[in-house]
Amino acid sequence: MHALEKLLAKASGKTRVKPGEIVEAEVDLAEVNDLYLQVIKSFYEMGGTKVAHPEKIAFVFDHYSPPPTIKAADNQRQMREFCEKMGIKMLFDVGEGVCHQLLAESGLVGPGEVVIETDSHTTTLGALGTFATGVGATDLAIILLTGRLWFKVPPVINICLDGKMSDFIMAKDIILHVLGKLKQDAAIYKAIEFTGSTVSSIKMDERFVLCNMSVEMGAKTAYIQPDEVTFEFLGDQGSEIENFEVFTTDDDFNFFETYYVDVRNLSPQVALPGSVDNVCGIEQVEGIPISQVFIGTCTGGRLNDLKIASEILKGKHVAKNVRCIVIPASKKILQEAIKRGYVQTLLEAGAIFVTPGCGPCLGAHEGVLAPGDVCVSTSSRNFPGRMGSTKAFIYLASPATAAASAANGKLTDPRKLL
Amino acid sequence: MNQIEGKVFIFGDNIDTDQIYPGRYLELTEPQDIAAHVMEGADATFPSKVSPGAIIVAGKNFGCGSSREHAVITLLAAGVRAVVARSFARIFYRNAINRGLCVVEIPELDLSKVKDGHEAVIDIENGVMTFSNGCEFVFVPFSEHILEILKAGGVISLYRSKMKER
Repeated sequence: MHALEKLLAKASGKTRVKPGEIVEAEVDLAEVNDLYLQVIKSFYEMGGTKVAHPEKIAFVFDHYSPPPTIKAADNQRQMREFCEKMGIKMLFDVGEGVCHQLLAESGLVGPGEVVIETDSHTTTLGALGTFATGVGATDLAIILLTGRLWFKVPPVINICLDGKMSDFIMAKDIILHVLGKLKQDAAIYKAIEFTGSTVSSIKMDERFVLCNMSVEMGAKTAYIQPDEVTFEFLGDQGSEIENFEVFTTDDDFNFFETYYVDVRNLSPQVALPGSVDNVCGIEQVEGIPISQVFIGTCTGGRLNDLKIASEILKGKHVAKNVRCIVIPASKKILQEAIKRGYVQTLLEAGAIFVTPGCGPCLGAHEGVLAPGDVCVSTSSRNFPGRMGSTKAFIYLASPATAAASAANGKLTDPRKLL
Repeated sequence: MNQIEGKVFIFGDNIDTDQIYPGRYLELTEPQDIAAHVMEGADATFPSKVSPGAIIVAGKNFGCGSSREHAVITLLAAGVRAVVARSFARIFYRNAINRGLCVVEIPELDLSKVKDGHEAVIDIENGVMTFSNGCEFVFVPFSEHILEILKAGGVISLYRSKMKER
C-alpha cells in the first residue's frame, strides 16, 4: 500500500484500503475560513446543536483580512460568536495569516493526520506527510456534526523531480513547468506524490509550493514523504514529533502513473494570462510591460520568497507606474522578515506592504486589477477575472521573476537582472 | 428525479469557479443575492438569459479552482437543474451532490454536435442523455450512495433526518 492508503486505512479503522474504495475517516483537524459562513448555516440547517470535537476545529480569518466591507465584517462577527458558543478555542483572527501557512506553523499539523479545510489549497499541507484536502461548506459542516467525513481513496501519481535547480530558479518554476506539461485536469480525483533528489534537497518553504499548486492539476491531495527536513521544520514549530505517525509506502506499490522531470536546465517559468497550464519559459514573454506585481499568498508569500525578492530588489527601485504589493503569508513570517531586514529592503525599493492574509489573490481587496492592468503574481491562479477585471492580464511566476519584473517594469528574467 | 428535461446552455473546457461565481462576490450569503452573478465570469449575459430548468453542458474539468460552495448555490438558485460535463473537478462535484445539484459526467460528450438552445432529456436511472437534434450520449448511472443524497435533495436534508433520529 501507499503511505496515504495506510493513513486513510488507519483513520477509518481498517487494515487495508484500495483506490476507488469509499471510507469514512476520523478528521484530526478541520479548519473554516472567513469565506464560509455557509458552514455555520449548513450546520444549523442539518439540525446541529453541538460541535462534536471543538478542540479539533479551527477558524481562520484570512480572505478578508481586515474586512473591506460591512458584509465581510459581519460574517466574521457571526463566526466569532459561533466559536464562542460552541467552545471552539482556535480562532485565528484578522492579521494572523493564511490558513494553510498558519496551520503549518501552529505545530498542530504533522505526518499521518487527516486535515480538512474549506479551501482548495489545503493540499499544501501534504508536504508534511499529511492527508490534507479541501472541501466545501456543507462537507465541513458534517465534520462539525460528526467529526468524520467520507473519502474516495485516490490512485497516486508519482512526479519524480531530479537534479539541482540553477540560481534564481524556484519550486514555483518547477510546478508551473509540470502544470504546463501535464495540464490542469491531469490529476482529478487522484493524489500526487513528489519524489526524487530535487525534493529531498529543498526546504519546507519550497516543498509547500509544490503541494500547494497540485490542486491546479485537480489533485485531491499531494504528498511528500517526511524526512529530516520535515522533522526539523516540525521541531521549529514546537511540535512533539512523537505525537505523529509516519507511514511509509511499500516497495512493491504500483503508482498509477510516474513522470520524470529533470530540473537542471529549467528556466524561469511563466503561466500566461487566463490559464494556469498555458506555461512557457520567461524568454518567450520577456519585455512585456506590467503595471502591478503581487508577492504573497499561500503559494508565494513565505520567508524564502521575501528573502529572494529582497535580494533582487536590494539597492534598486520598483519601476515607475508599477505597484509592487507584498503580503507575507503570516504574521510570523512578517516578524521574521522585519528581523532579517527584508521588509526594510523591500520598502526602500518602493514595495507596498499589506496585512498578512490572502490579499488580492481572489479579487476581493488590497490590489484588485483594472481593465488593461498587467500583473505578475506569485499566487496560484490567473483565471479570467480572478484578481478583479476580466479584462486584466495575470502572469503567474516565481517571487524571483516577480521581483525582477517589478524593478524593470516589464517581464524580466531574474538571472539577467543581477 | 428520474428524468431531467430542460434548455441547454453550452460552455467550454476548464470552466473554473471564478467564472461560475467571481471571487469579489464571496461575501454574499443569501442564495437570491448569490444567484444574481451566476456564470458571470464566463458569460456576463448569462444571469439575464438563464431560465428555471436550465441544463449546463460543458467540456472537461468543470468547476476547477476554489472550493467555494457559492459556485453550486448560484447555479441552483438561478434555476439550473443539472450540469453535464466531460469531467468535473473534485470539490465542485462533491459540493454539487451535497446540495442536490445533479452533476452528470459523460467523458464521450461531443460539444461540436450540440448547440446552445437545444432541449435535452437526462434519463438518470438508465444513464442516457438525449438532445433535441437526436444526439444521444450514455453515462454510468449514479451509485446508490449518491442517488440517495440526490433524491433527498442534498445531504442537508439527509442529515437533518438523521439528527432527528438521534
